[in-house]
Amino acid sequence: MLNRTGKVSQPMKIAVASGKGGTGKTTVATSLAAALGERAQILDCDVEEPNCHILMSPQISKSEPVSVQVPLVEMEKCDLCGKCGEVCKFSAILTIGKTVLTFPELCHGCGGCMLLCPHKAISDTPRELGVVETGNVGSVEFVQGRIRIGEAMAPPLIKEVVRRVNPEKIAILDAPPGASCPVIHTVKRCDFVIMVTEPTPFGLHDLRIAVEAIRPLGIPMGVVLNRSDIGDGEVGEYCKASSLPLLMEIPFDRKIAEGYSRGDMLIQTNPAFAEKLCELFENISRIVNKGSDTRLATR
Amino acid sequence: MWRRKVLESGSKMKIAVTSDGTSLESPMNPRFGRAPYILIVTSEGDLVEVIDNAVNVNAMRGAGIQAAKSLADRGVEILLTGHCGPNAFTALDAAGIKVGSDQSGSVKEVVEKCVAGKVTFADKPNAEPHW
Repeated sequence: MLNRTGKVSQPMKIAVASGKGGTGKTTVATSLAAALGERAQILDCDVEEPNCHILMSPQISKSEPVSVQVPLVEMEKCDLCGKCGEVCKFSAILTIGKTVLTFPELCHGCGGCMLLCPHKAISDTPRELGVVETGNVGSVEFVQGRIRIGEAMAPPLIKEVVRRVNPEKIAILDAPPGASCPVIHTVKRCDFVIMVTEPTPFGLHDLRIAVEAIRPLGIPMGVVLNRSDIGDGEVGEYCKASSLPLLMEIPFDRKIAEGYSRGDMLIQTNPAFAEKLCELFENISRIVNKGSDTRLATR
Repeated sequence: MWRRKVLESGSKMKIAVTSDGTSLESPMNPRFGRAPYILIVTSEGDLVEVIDNAVNVNAMRGAGIQAAKSLADRGVEILLTGHCGPNAFTALDAAGIKVGSDQSGSVKEVVEKCVAGKVTFADKPNAEPHW
């Protein structure tokens, strides 16, 4: 694949995360994918509230249901030994009184209880979590997960979205907000994480938490500062102190907000950002390659 | 006074009360799964065990289920608390533990009330699950 400067651009997995919600993850992710065009694939991993589709209006060509295998207990075979409950970290199964209770909505589908049951009294049954939809936005490949309404178990569905990363493309993964399991499942096999934040105390507070959660994974990170001309300089200070490169700034611009409200992407409202986002990618590419060079050199 | 009443009825059972502290004078804690302590008191008014519930206080999910399991394992027959969510209630019900919810006061007071027969037992949960 050739990029604008005629160089071959290597496939890569880039997650867009933030900590705080509403900082501009989707704004950055959708426009970055659109700016990279046929080289890119966008994956909306915010399965509880996927919103890339609102800005990109994809053509969905396939919709596949995703389920977890939850335990089903045959009480005739059970002697109430309790091993199933001891292994379950999520209290999805337990022996209590003279019976075994299951709480399917708490089950992560690891299969531990079935494996450990000495009497083979536990079989599995599927429980649908949601769907994974695939399609395209022009030349950009599109994937999104949508969780079933009322469902709270996002990680297994996110894993299915991430499994559809095209290894030949630059995959842009739009992460859910926060710093808990759904975010970790999105970013953990990525080559780089873009942290989108805003220069406010709230933005900084949540950025810090997200950085602390992701740093132990050893993935390089960089910051995109949205609404960069409001707030204070604290985020900049923090980035310097924690050696997080400041990759790009998006100003607080009424036009951008209006475009977003209409459902337009940043690069549609402000085409100058196409160039900036391609530069952003080149920068990330350099950081990732430098990192892998260093890793190879130290081997 | 309330001890005598129980003795008269001839029964002696284990009652669990969610608590802020470790003594009978401690205020009852209104949350079941995430109370700091759960005290096991006999119907005669003797404190027999203090369960340190710290593990469940910060559990992501399933705190009430685990608390119910520990009461069932100890042969508790009655739970006195404030709020009890659906999963905890299902587990307590399966273990045959009666739930007196919406209680308040000190641990001693709620046990006295129960022994005097002034607690109505719930037939359904009275709190939303904690996500």
